[in-house]
Amino acid sequence: MALDEIKIGGMGASRRRVEDNRFIRGKGNYVDDIVLPAMLHMEILRSPMAHARIKSIDVSKAWEIPGVRLVLTGEMLAARNLAWMPTLSYDTQAVMAMDKVRFQGQEVAAVIADDPYIAKDACEAIRVEYEALPVIVNPMQAMAPGAALIRDDKENQTDNKVFDWEVGDRAGTDKAFAEADLISKIELHYPRSHPSPIETCGSIADFDRATGKLTVYMTTQAPHIIRAAVAMVAELPEHMIRIVSPDLGGGFGNKVPVYPGYVISILASILTERPVKWIEDKTGNLISTGFGRDVYLQGELAVRKDGKMLGVRMHTISDHGAFFADAQPSKFKIGLMHSAFACYDIPVAHLTATGTYTNKAPGGVAYRCSFRVTEAMFFQERMVQAAADDLGMDQAEFRRINFVKDDDFPHRTAYGFLTDSGQYGKCLDVGLEAIDYKNFLVQKEEAKKRGRLLGIGISTMTEPLGAGNSREYDILGIKMFDSAELRVHMSGKAILRTGAKSQGQGHETTWAQIVAHELGIPADDIVVEEGDTDTAPFGMGTYASRSTPVAGAAVAMVSRKIRAKARKIAAHLLEVSEEDVEWELGRFYVRSSPDRGVTIQDCAMAAYSNMPDGMEPGLENNAYYDPPNLTWPFACYISTVEVDPETGVWDVLKVVAVDDCGVRINPMIVEGQIMGGLTEAYAMASMQFITYDVEGNCVGSNYMDYLLPTAWETPGFELHEVVTPCPHHPIGAKGIGECATVGGPASFVNAVMDALRGTGVRNIDMPLLADRVYEAIQTGKDISGAPPIKTEE
Amino acid sequence: MSSLYEEISAPPAAGVPVRRVTLNVNGQDRTVDVEPRLLLAHLLRQGLKLTGTHTGCDTSNCGACTVLFDGRPIKSCTMFAVQADGHEVQTVEGLATQSSLHPLQEGFKEEHGLQCGFCTPGMMMAAKALLESNPNPTEDEIRWAISGNLCRCTGYQNIVKAILWAAEKMRGSSN
Repeated sequence: MALDEIKIGGMGASRRRVEDNRFIRGKGNYVDDIVLPAMLHMEILRSPMAHARIKSIDVSKAWEIPGVRLVLTGEMLAARNLAWMPTLSYDTQAVMAMDKVRFQGQEVAAVIADDPYIAKDACEAIRVEYEALPVIVNPMQAMAPGAALIRDDKENQTDNKVFDWEVGDRAGTDKAFAEADLISKIELHYPRSHPSPIETCGSIADFDRATGKLTVYMTTQAPHIIRAAVAMVAELPEHMIRIVSPDLGGGFGNKVPVYPGYVISILASILTERPVKWIEDKTGNLISTGFGRDVYLQGELAVRKDGKMLGVRMHTISDHGAFFADAQPSKFKIGLMHSAFACYDIPVAHLTATGTYTNKAPGGVAYRCSFRVTEAMFFQERMVQAAADDLGMDQAEFRRINFVKDDDFPHRTAYGFLTDSGQYGKCLDVGLEAIDYKNFLVQKEEAKKRGRLLGIGISTMTEPLGAGNSREYDILGIKMFDSAELRVHMSGKAILRTGAKSQGQGHETTWAQIVAHELGIPADDIVVEEGDTDTAPFGMGTYASRSTPVAGAAVAMVSRKIRAKARKIAAHLLEVSEEDVEWELGRFYVRSSPDRGVTIQDCAMAAYSNMPDGMEPGLENNAYYDPPNLTWPFACYISTVEVDPETGVWDVLKVVAVDDCGVRINPMIVEGQIMGGLTEAYAMASMQFITYDVEGNCVGSNYMDYLLPTAWETPGFELHEVVTPCPHHPIGAKGIGECATVGGPASFVNAVMDALRGTGVRNIDMPLLADRVYEAIQTGKDISGAPPIKTEE
Repeated sequence: MSSLYEEISAPPAAGVPVRRVTLNVNGQDRTVDVEPRLLLAHLLRQGLKLTGTHTGCDTSNCGACTVLFDGRPIKSCTMFAVQADGHEVQTVEGLATQSSLHPLQEGFKEEHGLQCGFCTPGMMMAAKALLESNPNPTEDEIRWAISGNLCRCTGYQNIVKAILWAAEKMRGSSN
């Protein structure tokens, strides 16, 4: 009899997490928990200035402090050809500043000492003389005539522009706009934000002179990409580099790039021939590592009187900081911004994008999103809301009539993506029912009597998760596939390794569930390992919700290869031909006599002890999976808010989330991902942003200035599900990790703007701080969140 | 006696002051020689090898370093080790016995109250202090009690459920 899949911890089981066993005991193994014999400690001295020429660096006082082993500056790196490194977007980035500093927090020197306190003392003893240069904190300022040139290190760079890029059909879009009854316009800024995992970045570099091997324990979501980058930068052969990513205290995109601190710790270990540990402090993390967002949008939607969307035009201006270090597929200069409007049936669209350098930290990373998809969907849903308002049409109905219909798949979007499945209308219905949309106006009227403004905000979207396919998606030429390797031992227990890397998503739990589903081996009998490039198969890592769509698919495919071999063994054991063997979960049996069967464990034992003549022994294999397409989950987030017009304070009344991420491997974990994502969405809508003053000082360099919601502010969430399996994924799953972060913010902002209906205010840039909301209500004017530009005195 | 200097590096350089400190950690008396400026979190992590207490923000905002100090939750990254002289400190490592988990540990696993696990030890210690003074807290009381502890993964809802789960179990076993 077939096994009960839920009982063996297969697909659909809310299996409790394996990794929790160590975390709840305080026995996690984060990089700062690792101690190597004779280990030294590194501290980085960062620039207090945003744009300044370095006149001199005096390190003599640092050397005088007992316990200091090494002091490094840019010049010493340059002597070893390490002063500059390539970024993931074909730019270069200073590992340590030499000529000048280009953002506040840039690496200027490093001290390696016997303990971290001594290293910090020594950093304070370093004297750097700076000569201030004009500071640019805003792209408009960067592009203004006569603006100071930030990247004077680059040949042929005469202005502060990084790129101009376009996609879509310009002429067709112009034509659609000419024929429109109404053109709805909006201008927005999606503020700079920081993923800010609670654990900062860090590394322990350990170079062994005797073997020539470099081992680096480090906080990375993509260990194999790092190995390739280190091979390039440090000019070490790949087989002499081992990257180990231990437990990560969150990532959210922050731990994808290569940071100077990693590179400096590697050089320090090579020079001292001792392990060197670098643990970034929170301020270092917030002011220097990969941020997210910081994009300005001018958007226009052309519509017909009856509500049909005819075309969309978008122009984005993005602020990349001092170095173009976006972590995204190389081909797309502004990521997947053109995935906007994928859930709507729009004939044409056109996007132009301009990227600029500024005196701010380099980035941006895909902060819990697939390469600018968060910005795309926020712009989309703010434009949709504005157009519905301009038309005087119900916001739910406007969305519904423009949705791609269930039987219109596969659907080619206006920007050229291929979406393949979904039940958009059904998701919206579930959401409207759950929020009691019909009775909302009644509540609104009642609240008005109490002097409070109620608003309801909808955000619906489908987004492209799980890069790539290898035709279109690569990073520095490396194609975005992923991998799994499965070894089944003779007892039928197994070890699985993948090229992904969990940062809290629970791969040790869910990957085993996929194997259990495919092979009937109980999930508890399967150990999952990731993050060590010496043992894991080559993979592109975990970000952009690509684990389940790509690595998860590879887990299913390698399990199927194992099953195919086990079938041959089963035929041998049952003494029938392979064609006469049937499979049910965990067992092969003879078609004509179902009582005669062998378990997968019997086959595993036979693979080592009684294999058919001529068969290669053993039961292990690997799979490299190149997905045919992205996966396209759909989500509908609806929230209601109450605004106090006397103070501008707004409270969330209710949040409803309807997610269709296809087949759910572990419903408990999926729901955990959604709630975490909604919280980051609420954070961005309400409080979380990094801005700069006119001198380029980062406002948001610690948790007193960079506000993250606590349990007290965070609202409760009500979750619902709709399941439309992904047609091309081997187990029908779609990505989920980032949906709520991507789609959530617009639901909160749309709700507040809905509450302010009638005040004349069309937009308040995020975060919707009480003072911004208050000012908007008082003045009846839009509020911009762009950093201020210094005016001449 | 455990000397922090011996454990992590060379002896202190000439002129560096050292203080002898005795504190009780998870029921055991520990005597250590430390520099007066050493933070309690660093004594626990590097000196005593209790790496379950994490440091996240260095400014006592995130709460990953929360331990119980004479039974009260404090941020150990903002207290000097010398201030713990003569006091009792409980860390996450003291929650479980050899044979059983603390109900909070069970609750966090059962209700999926953690993802990356980095905030979890501090979160559980804050919750332990709450449940010792208030065995039957409301959801609001829980949210307030853990509002000094940041979590970036879970959205808190499951943490609240985990603490309610533990509270119920603890009430059951004390009856």
